Amino acid sequence: MMQFNTILKNPAEWMLSTGPCGEIVISSRVRLARNLAGLSFPGWADEEDRMLVLNSVKPAIEELSEMRGAFSSDLRDLSAIKKQVLVERHLISREQAAKGPGSAAVMNRKQTLCVMINEEDHLRMQSIKAGLNLSSALKMVDKVDTKLEECLDYAFDNQHGYLTACPTNLGTGMRASAMLHLPALVLSEQINQVIGAVNKIGLAVRGLYGEGTEALGNIFQVSNQHTLGEHETEIVARLEKVVRQIVEHEQNARESLFEERRPMLDDQVGRAYAILRHAHIISTKEALNLLSMLRAGVELDYFSPDARGVIDILFMEIQPAHLQIRAGRKLGAEERDILRAEIMRDQLKTLSEPGRFPPSDREDPGSDTTTGGRVKPPEPPAENPESDRRGKGKDNDE
Amino acid sequence: MICDVCQDKHATVYLTQIVDGQMKKVNLCEGCAKEKGVTDPTGFALADLLLGLGSDEKVGGAVDERFCEVCDFTHSEFKKTGRLGCSACYHAFGDGLDSLIRAMHKGIRHVGKVPTRYRATKHFTDQITDLKHRLKIAITDENFESAAQLRDEIKSAEAEFVRAKA
Repeated sequence: MMQFNTILKNPAEWMLSTGPCGEIVISSRVRLARNLAGLSFPGWADEEDRMLVLNSVKPAIEELSEMRGAFSSDLRDLSAIKKQVLVERHLISREQAAKGPGSAAVMNRKQTLCVMINEEDHLRMQSIKAGLNLSSALKMVDKVDTKLEECLDYAFDNQHGYLTACPTNLGTGMRASAMLHLPALVLSEQINQVIGAVNKIGLAVRGLYGEGTEALGNIFQVSNQHTLGEHETEIVARLEKVVRQIVEHEQNARESLFEERRPMLDDQVGRAYAILRHAHIISTKEALNLLSMLRAGVELDYFSPDARGVIDILFMEIQPAHLQIRAGRKLGAEERDILRAEIMRDQLKTLSEPGRFPPSDREDPGSDTTTGGRVKPPEPPAENPESDRRGKGKDNDE
Repeated sequence: MICDVCQDKHATVYLTQIVDGQMKKVNLCEGCAKEKGVTDPTGFALADLLLGLGSDEKVGGAVDERFCEVCDFTHSEFKKTGRLGCSACYHAFGDGLDSLIRAMHKGIRHVGKVPTRYRATKHFTDQITDLKHRLKIAITDENFESAAQLRDEIKSAEAEFVRAKA
């Protein structure tokens, strides 16, 4: 059985690798909600029933070949901080972190597969893949579901499909979602238009940690709203198509920012770099938003492409519970802000200044093989009132 | 335009919600809009209104005392939490739920994955549902000849279903 510390030391597979459209799509997730026939849903069940569910479901999950050497724990046995770490890694939901007796989570070594027991539904199984990879995420979780179905009697009827505690999950019980990094759509103020358009076609856009959370670090989750009346593969195909369109919009927005509002972009990336390299106290919100600009900077060739790995891991490492686990004790808000700044300075120590990293592929595709001519000349100081205003606005926000 | 709820006063509140590309419209007078909480900008969903129109209207505003016989969960509890007590609640609160589900989802019939143990029967229940739907239409159209025929088909399909289950 895997130890909790193993989870900590090893970033999830999806955090380390780059999947399709990885410059914009961070991860793809598919979650299935299932319940056992004849037992009340967890929110209404008494402790006895919840334990009955736990004791029949947990061994079945642990026996799966996909779960060999998995981490498995009753949520009651984990400290609040450890639970929060799992939330920060998107392995369990915020709701489950607060749940009572009979709640448990089982996750595989690579942290690509996680089953929650007695959350809103008896079972919630989820797979996470790097990049835009929804159909392979579906395949993975579907396989697990089919295996579990052999030994568990699911609540199902032919009319409504899989029966779930909340009617919004009825039918397939499936929620597919892609996590997108959309700094250029935010900077160019097109994001609300995109969200509006996506909402209109029955898909939801949410913040970094799901429903009701803020889009910290310009990270958005796009997921299906409907679960009944459409086949799983259709839902996933439709979502994937829309995500591809958003990716295209973001790419276009990045291109046009780079070409038309270069001083503003230079300023944003430069400020992010300067603050993260030299700050001594920094909040999660400010840090995530600045890291987002660094990540955008990598994509726009302000930094070497290898910098993205470091930045992506920092996105996770600087979150409150991760910091406290690292420190080995509970930290106050101010202590966290100091430690966070310290980690940032340390991790970004070797990152060279923005604008030095060359490849001007986008300007001169022919020079791809020569390295000599790829150094960008330093930009002249900006006198763009637009960028000035934006820069100050950002200060005020924080 | 007349209010869709009281069918009496002039409608001044026009609600439009787009659910999966389909536009759903409701027109309300000021009084009904207020009563339904439409004027409250926080967390109003057309789905709730449709649910209200589907069930509460018939009982004339009386408190809905329905409950699930399997798990004792009450309908008012569902309205409060938005969650059901157990899988049998879907039958217990069927009428009101149907309009809610219709507003919430793309369709009202599951078309995705089916667990192996249900696969053998899914075909029959689909067929029976379809026949019942056609029977309803035939009766409305007063087409009694085909209604009689459909009734017989339903009977034989149900018999086959029972055999398949066994």
